[in-house]
Amino acid sequence: MNDVNLAPAAAADDDVLLQVENLVKYFPVKSTGFFKPRDNVHAVDDVSFTVRRGQTFGIVGETGCGKSTLGRSITRLHDITSGRIVFDGQDISRISQRRMRPLRREIQMIFQDPMGSLNPRRRVGSIIGDPFAIHKIASGADRKRRVQELMERVGLNPEHFNRFPAEFSGGQRQRIGVARALAFRPKLIVCDEPVSALDVSIQAQVINLLADLQKEFGLTYIFIAHDLSVVRHVSDTVGVMYLGKMTEIAPSDELFTVPRHPYTGALLSAVPVPDPDQSDERHQIVLVGDVPSPILPPSGCRFHPRCPKAAQVCVTEEPKLESRLGDGDEHTAACHLPMVQGEDLADFRPTIGAAERVIESSGILAPETGGAVDDGVGAEPAPREGSKS
Amino acid sequence: MSMIPDLTGGEETESAAAVAVEAREPVPAARKVIQGRSPWQLAWERLRKDRAAVIAAATIAAIVIMALMAPLIAAWIGHGPNQQFIDIGENANGGPVPPSSIFWLGTDSSGRDLFVRIVYGARVSLSVGVLATMISIALGVAFGLAAGYLGGVVDAVIARLIDVMLAVPFLVIAISVAEIWRPSFLLVILIVGLLSFTYPARIVRGQVISLKEKEYVQAARALGARPLRIMFVDLLPNVTAPIIVYASLLIPASIVLEATLSFLAVGIPPPTADWGQMISDASGYYQYGYWWYLLFPSLALVITTLAFNILGDSVRDALDPRGGGVYV
Repeated sequence: MNDVNLAPAAAADDDVLLQVENLVKYFPVKSTGFFKPRDNVHAVDDVSFTVRRGQTFGIVGETGCGKSTLGRSITRLHDITSGRIVFDGQDISRISQRRMRPLRREIQMIFQDPMGSLNPRRRVGSIIGDPFAIHKIASGADRKRRVQELMERVGLNPEHFNRFPAEFSGGQRQRIGVARALAFRPKLIVCDEPVSALDVSIQAQVINLLADLQKEFGLTYIFIAHDLSVVRHVSDTVGVMYLGKMTEIAPSDELFTVPRHPYTGALLSAVPVPDPDQSDERHQIVLVGDVPSPILPPSGCRFHPRCPKAAQVCVTEEPKLESRLGDGDEHTAACHLPMVQGEDLADFRPTIGAAERVIESSGILAPETGGAVDDGVGAEPAPREGSKS
Repeated sequence: MSMIPDLTGGEETESAAAVAVEAREPVPAARKVIQGRSPWQLAWERLRKDRAAVIAAATIAAIVIMALMAPLIAAWIGHGPNQQFIDIGENANGGPVPPSSIFWLGTDSSGRDLFVRIVYGARVSLSVGVLATMISIALGVAFGLAAGYLGGVVDAVIARLIDVMLAVPFLVIAISVAEIWRPSFLLVILIVGLLSFTYPARIVRGQVISLKEKEYVQAARALGARPLRIMFVDLLPNVTAPIIVYASLLIPASIVLEATLSFLAVGIPPPTADWGQMISDASGYYQYGYWWYLLFPSLALVITTLAFNILGDSVRDALDPRGGGVYV
């Protein structure tokens, strides 16, 4: 976390393990009428980011924002709709499942539900031995020895080889999942909410285990979570997702101290503060309304129907994910009206009426009209009268 | 870069506080007071405590032993299954004689020992029941797994095939087939097996469709497992419970179907002893007072299918942890 400012602006290609460019994943849904066209859930819509070797890229967002779909698209559990995924210099976005198979050794996944990700009818030894069996690497006593080594490495008793997943606690089950993902010494592990289903004390253990393994094996993580404090703790870089879009990407500390996107600001204000005095003093921004439907996402900036700073430009024009207000290249935000440090979102009211804010796009990406941020609207709309402070 | 606890941060967050808890999860003590048991062991325990299941299983065991020892029983009594006793086995009018010390359950219209023929009939019923069920389950599992897991075109084709088969009346097909080819033991097994795979296929397909969204299936895919491996290693063990339940109910259904075909004279060809055929023959004699001729083969069929059905129900209860109340 402390090399944030040292990171070179243009990293050498060698340094980049994963490059995601304009990734789009739509899920078709049943059309509502016979003659109506098929609708799509815009689960991931035009997302780009870069993950460097040995680092942890955190992805946060509300439930349903597409972060799990993004993770599963990177591991090619989903076929992507369009875009490019370059892993270790190789474009894996279109290759067949057959050609993907050898690469599966290098990209692994840890799942959220430690019960659901382990087959309840199979013994732990056989679950962790799966990677060896599938890729025909080791068998018999050799496989058993390697499985027990893995179990020991993740803090499980190797003698529990013959137990069923149901006989383990949540934390131990997640260790089983970690052991399975670790079998090949992969380069990249996509952790899909690996600690969300665990007790807080167990979360810490699993996070520490992941940290130890990262140091030991030089792993690169994509860490998906909805818990901001966990993500802040583990990540070097954090991407914030909202309704299938990446709204802000920044080095972890910078994101938490100088958020640019109002959505990030709102998320941060929702993090519980242990000190009750401090908690009373700060302004918690409660977002109005629900997350709009990902089938017909709002036009322009997808956050505009709920954004306290929303202006006309937010409805008409989709903001690009780029550096704002003189941030470095590492810190990008997709916002026309980025927040400045110390700004209180509670002071703002949208400059457009509610009726204008519910315009829904046809589902097709609006053409990028470009234009500088400070073209049409002021960077800071005047606070409205009567705003509580 | 590091994930070392950052306790110097301004915010004392939940997680940061949690990180301080360094305690490892306690490793369970070596002494095993509580022995872990697999779902199968638990089901077995529940089954053993179900009195109806035990009685039904004992009945089935007795019938199976009887069928296996049929030649020994026949030799012991001294009556062959197709041996006609024209002198003592038929009355003055050439009809069957009632139960006696010589013919325990009486004779049939051809003067044959009814008891020996019922014992031999058990062989046909059981082997058709089991073999047809095996065919039907094997096909059902294969089609169900393929349709459920692969989805898309495969699913559409198989689902339509099943719909078509369910729409066609079973007996009409069976009788037509038996008319085209000469009825035989093998043909009966094939007809019963092939025409009843649709139900297990639908059950397996439905289960697989819900199971394939489970994370362990995604995990297997992420490890690079091929579809066949996922179907048979990851999915099949999770659908065995409904398969076993269905198989245990399919056996009696197959036995009844076989008896029905034989009753309609398109099943097992005579003179092989067969319950359905005996019932069919006896129906013409019942009105003249030869009650034993109809009663005993029917009783054999009813007891056998009832025992299988009760056992099947008990197996279903035992495999469903929510049912019963016997938590062991």
